[in-house]
Amino acid sequence: MAEDLFNSFMSGPDEQGRFGQFGGRFVSETLMPLILDLEAEYEKAKTDPTFWAEMDDLWANYVGRPSPLYHAERLTRHLGGAKIYMKRDELNHTGAHKINNVLGQIILARRMGKTRIIAETGAGQHGVATATVCAKFGLKCIVYMGAHDVERQAPNVFRMRLLGATVIPVTSGRGTLKDAMNDALRDWVTNVRDTFYCIGTVAGPHPYPAMVRDFQSIIGKEVREQMAAAEGRLPDTLVAAIGGGSNAMGLFYPFLDDKDVRIIGVEAGGKGVNAKMEHCASLTGGRPGVLHGNRTYLLQDDDGQILEGFSISAGLDYPGIGPEHSWLHDVGRAEYVAITDVEALEAFQLCCLQEGIIPALEPSHALAHVMKIAPKLPKDHLICMNMCGRGDKDIFTVARHLGFDMKI
Amino acid sequence: MSRIDAKFAELRQDGKKAFVAYVMAGDPDFDTSLAIVRGLPAAGVDIIELGMPFTDPMADGPTIQLAGQRALEAGQTLEKTLQIVRELRQQDSTTPVVMMGYYNPIFSRGVDRFLSDAKAAGVDGLIVVDLPPEEDAELCIPAQAAGMNFIRLATPTTDDRRLPKVLQNTSGFVYYVSITGITGAANAEAGDVGPEVARIKAASGLPVVVGFGIKTPEAAQTIANVADGVVVGSAIVERIGKGAPVAEVLAFVRSLADGAHRA
Ligand SMILES: Cc1ncc(COP(=O)(O)O)c(C=O)c1O
Repeated sequence: MAEDLFNSFMSGPDEQGRFGQFGGRFVSETLMPLILDLEAEYEKAKTDPTFWAEMDDLWANYVGRPSPLYHAERLTRHLGGAKIYMKRDELNHTGAHKINNVLGQIILARRMGKTRIIAETGAGQHGVATATVCAKFGLKCIVYMGAHDVERQAPNVFRMRLLGATVIPVTSGRGTLKDAMNDALRDWVTNVRDTFYCIGTVAGPHPYPAMVRDFQSIIGKEVREQMAAAEGRLPDTLVAAIGGGSNAMGLFYPFLDDKDVRIIGVEAGGKGVNAKMEHCASLTGGRPGVLHGNRTYLLQDDDGQILEGFSISAGLDYPGIGPEHSWLHDVGRAEYVAITDVEALEAFQLCCLQEGIIPALEPSHALAHVMKIAPKLPKDHLICMNMCGRGDKDIFTVARHLGFDMKI
Repeated sequence: MSRIDAKFAELRQDGKKAFVAYVMAGDPDFDTSLAIVRGLPAAGVDIIELGMPFTDPMADGPTIQLAGQRALEAGQTLEKTLQIVRELRQQDSTTPVVMMGYYNPIFSRGVDRFLSDAKAAGVDGLIVVDLPPEEDAELCIPAQAAGMNFIRLATPTTDDRRLPKVLQNTSGFVYYVSITGITGAANAEAGDVGPEVARIKAASGLPVVVGFGIKTPEAAQTIANVADGVVVGSAIVERIGKGAPVAEVLAFVRSLADGAHRA
């Protein structure tokens, strides 16, 4: 690790919105003035105590924060090694970490006088969170969702409609998260003046990656305090699943300068990270490129055409990754691994049976990696994995993969 | 003087407005696309805008998205797009060619390698949608250094505060995007466009060409009346998408060019 190069791993991005070579503002001119406005507004809000007072109030009374840090005792015993803690962000209102960030962006949108909110969604969790907060504030909400995801995450589509949002199925490309993001960007250039684009992960043009990270960092800040209370020290290893990387950045960021804390991001390995590219492991199987407003590791062919990812988990099915992760990968501060669909399904079931928690398929990837490393670690080694979503939305997908007939 | 500057000087002398035609390279396949491109100068096209297909064209509507998909499915690559320019240059050494697209395929090839290959092929300018002035160091400055025009998009959201920054490293001409939106969507309105063109011309001294939302010979004429030229893309690409024979596509292009040249 190039330790002497950095005073801190927490000082990025620079003024150009770069984390090393990654990040930036690769958007069309139509959007650029808007992105500069957003950056200015966010800079103002960041140091405004009334902004954070509103966030804290909603986090406590609407979302239900702080989420518990839970010692998974049976799972720990079952794996027979490291002591496993779960950060229970699946207990948040709407069932995932996504709402942490949506609250921040919607409060900003209100401050900017925007009346129309658009969002992209993969698993539907970000869409549900956006629809929820828009309902609460009486804002118009339009959610772009790949047609393929509309099908495999049907319960969330209905939830969004109940909450008053318009869900637009996206048929371009292969109809997954990447294509939904393209169409959201197309909506945004068409309706720049009244519309706020609420991005669901630490990707997109600057300032989104930094802003979403800051909103999600509540996760890691709470873990620091809760672990100190439970164990009197920092965790030894952090593990989180990565689609775009927002729940992971939220957990990791407050620990980046604690050099003894090992940080592991888990990408979706799909059917396996091999030449057939049937996976979504951008860092493990991609190379740097430019998409959706930032430079980052991407799944692409030799000619710079973007490849469709593949994963059982709609929330991880994205060919890119937030630029800060690309940088943390390149400077060696964090490690990134891949977990296959089969391994994630196994972890999903184990978690149900050992802990009475039905996890989302996304954190099941993180848990699958915990299952790999925990048995080899000593009993006083503290692992904290981010249980960033609950599995209600996934039971149909899992039933199909396990050959279970839901009608019985 | 660049080929683009020479073309505008010639048009000015003749008292004519520029007609710019956009087609997607490799759509619906390499050979048909090459035949269309080769026929454009004789159909009255003053500047050829050659689309570089990309899987994720964020500023394009369905018509051009589908054109890119057709081209990619037929095996189009950046190398083959350069090949179209090389073959055009064997018959035509005066019609400027501007390549338009997104940054990733260029970044993937390597900026220096791309610029020297494109220059050698006979490309005159670049329009890269996802490179605003904030990212000038990526491609704009190296392109100018390589003797290539970098043509910037100005939009209805580019206010007076921002305009100097947009114009700073622009050369050849300025491409005014007539609407906030994607290609092939709303119609351009001469009443809205005229004052914007005047504002940009006053600030830059460069020719201002208007694109997005121009679909008919009549619209080409009306908008060309208030600008230095017009671009038509989706309307041409739509005909290619419907499988129209090359001669029919070129006849439509001719009607558009005549419209623009009547202005
Ligand atoms: C529960 C859950 N976890 C993780 C993700 C992936 O997003 P990120 O990597 O930004 O946390 C999603 C996305 O939909 C999700 O719903």
